[in-house]
Amino acid sequence: MSPLTLIKIAFAALLRNKMRTVLSILGIVIGVAAVITMTAMGEGSKQSIREKMSSMGTNAIIIMPNQQRRGGVQMDASGAAEALEEADVIALRENATYINAVSPMITAGGQAIVGNNNSPTPLSGISADYLKIRNYEIDDGVMFDDTADRMAKVCVIGQTVIKNLFPEGNPIGKTIRYKSIPLKVIGTLKAKGSGDFGQDQDDVIFTPYQTVMKRFTATTAIRQIYANSAHEGYAEQATEEIMQILKERRNWTKPMDPFRIFTQEEMLEMMTSTTNLLSVVLTAIAGISLLVGGIGIMNIMYVSVTERTREIGLRMAIGARGRDILLQFLFESVIISLLGGFIGILFGGLASFAVRMIANWPMSISLTSVVVSFGVCFVTGVFFGWYPARKASRLDPIEALRFE
Amino acid sequence: MNPILSIRHLHRDFKMGDEVVHALRGVSYDIFPGEFVTIMGTSGSGKTTMLNILGCMDKPTSGEYVLDGEHVETLKRDARARIRGTKIGFVFQSYNLLSRTTAIENVELPLLYNPKISARERRERAVAALKRVGLEDRMNHLPNQLSGGQQQRVAIARALVNDPVIILADEATGNLDTRTSYEIMMLFQELNKQGKTIIFVTHEPDIATFSSRTITLRDGLVRKDIANENVQDARAAFDALPPPETFEEDA
Repeated sequence: MSPLTLIKIAFAALLRNKMRTVLSILGIVIGVAAVITMTAMGEGSKQSIREKMSSMGTNAIIIMPNQQRRGGVQMDASGAAEALEEADVIALRENATYINAVSPMITAGGQAIVGNNNSPTPLSGISADYLKIRNYEIDDGVMFDDTADRMAKVCVIGQTVIKNLFPEGNPIGKTIRYKSIPLKVIGTLKAKGSGDFGQDQDDVIFTPYQTVMKRFTATTAIRQIYANSAHEGYAEQATEEIMQILKERRNWTKPMDPFRIFTQEEMLEMMTSTTNLLSVVLTAIAGISLLVGGIGIMNIMYVSVTERTREIGLRMAIGARGRDILLQFLFESVIISLLGGFIGILFGGLASFAVRMIANWPMSISLTSVVVSFGVCFVTGVFFGWYPARKASRLDPIEALRFE
Repeated sequence: MNPILSIRHLHRDFKMGDEVVHALRGVSYDIFPGEFVTIMGTSGSGKTTMLNILGCMDKPTSGEYVLDGEHVETLKRDARARIRGTKIGFVFQSYNLLSRTTAIENVELPLLYNPKISARERRERAVAALKRVGLEDRMNHLPNQLSGGQQQRVAIARALVNDPVIILADEATGNLDTRTSYEIMMLFQELNKQGKTIIFVTHEPDIATFSSRTITLRDGLVRKDIANENVQDARAAFDALPPPETFEEDA
């Protein structure tokens, strides 16, 4: 008997019991759809973190003072920590070879006010390189040159600030008052969206760092220095080089590093390891539902063998061999699981789309999850169909025909 | 003429716990092509065991069974399935049609397990078999849309479709009323006239009068084996029956 005929027989048998077939397919559909949706959730959040990280600047390096801690208690924050200075920025700019941009970052808190409008945006004191490091782009106007005019009362603002302060638009040339100091808007930034921790990256006011240090906070210490590693994958060398330069400038001999240096790559790794765990957990849960679907097939096929004992007896009486019966039942379960697999992929896709639309969760369906869940489906069909099918094939035709 | 079916010293024992039940205790006979044999016997006489062995669904404990020139008593499971599929046509008491499956598909069923037959030939032969039993206008009906007699006709068509050397009927009229039983016997007599060899197991003596030979079993042995000199014509017997009661509503 040819496999094609057997497949036809199996199809005919499935069609004769539509409800039963639909229910067992449903089990597999839910399993596969769950696997695909869950992995799409895990994969999607992983990708979205990666994207947001790169919108922050893939090669960004952040240098900050190493606060001494003991047992989680910060020890003497001001005195014990080595402060960053402007000289460090200049030294890095001149000597470091693995980085191609350096900018200090000093913030001042307060309200930006224009007429009746105000915006609670922190003021960021930076140098022009900062745009390159953080992937900001100028939309209109120009960027200030902090080396030429170090304490200029100028600023460049993000789109959220424009919305808050200049609802009628066209902010270039107008003046913002920040802590009663007037800052002239000379440029605007293109929109960037939210950052990796959900903060609004367009809610920014940039001004030369010297302006903040001298006019607002009156300090010489720099809280953070941002740098951009020149080539991808060289973050580690860049880190070492930066630490080297900073230590040399201070003749540093203590065993403990004076500064902490974060690279975007490290942060990315840290965050992806978290989301990896999330994916694994989600996939495991979905895998269980696929297993339950498989057991559903086994149950249905098992009941089906008992229920169709007379049919099996008849088929044997008119010439079906044990193998023909075995293959028929096996094909039935494989057809169920493959159909379930196809529909499950479809539903998984739809569900992923729905989750993205409704819950606004980043989704990414990977080909691997589709292939794997479909493969698992096929194996499930064979595996869980085998036992009932073998039971059917070993029935004694006389007993089977007499079965009530 | 060579017998189409020949059994010698057939024994069949069943173990029931510690006891051994001797269902057949040495049965021998020959059946020749074109015969219409009824096997009679009370329950417990061994006729069901006999039929199971003749139908290659069971193996004798000892003895010989030659069907169409082939020793089948030693064959393995799969080989016996092949014999059942190519040389034997079964007709059961309870029809055993697949539910939710049309008449023509039920008739095609035995040919599905024969790889040499194409889908087209299968359909042609099933149509021809249904024509032989007079159901060409019911081909696409489901079993539950057919009367008992019609269902049994479908089952007979299914037994004919693989062109078997022998038709085995197991109480084939047991579930039918007298009129329909005689109609079915008319069909069997007709097939027999066309040359089909038929073995018909029954416990109704009037059914046996339509066959050409009656073998009576008792306690696992052949008690009587007689040629029927006065074969009744099923059509005449049918015509002689009182007309069926009719009701106003049916008329």
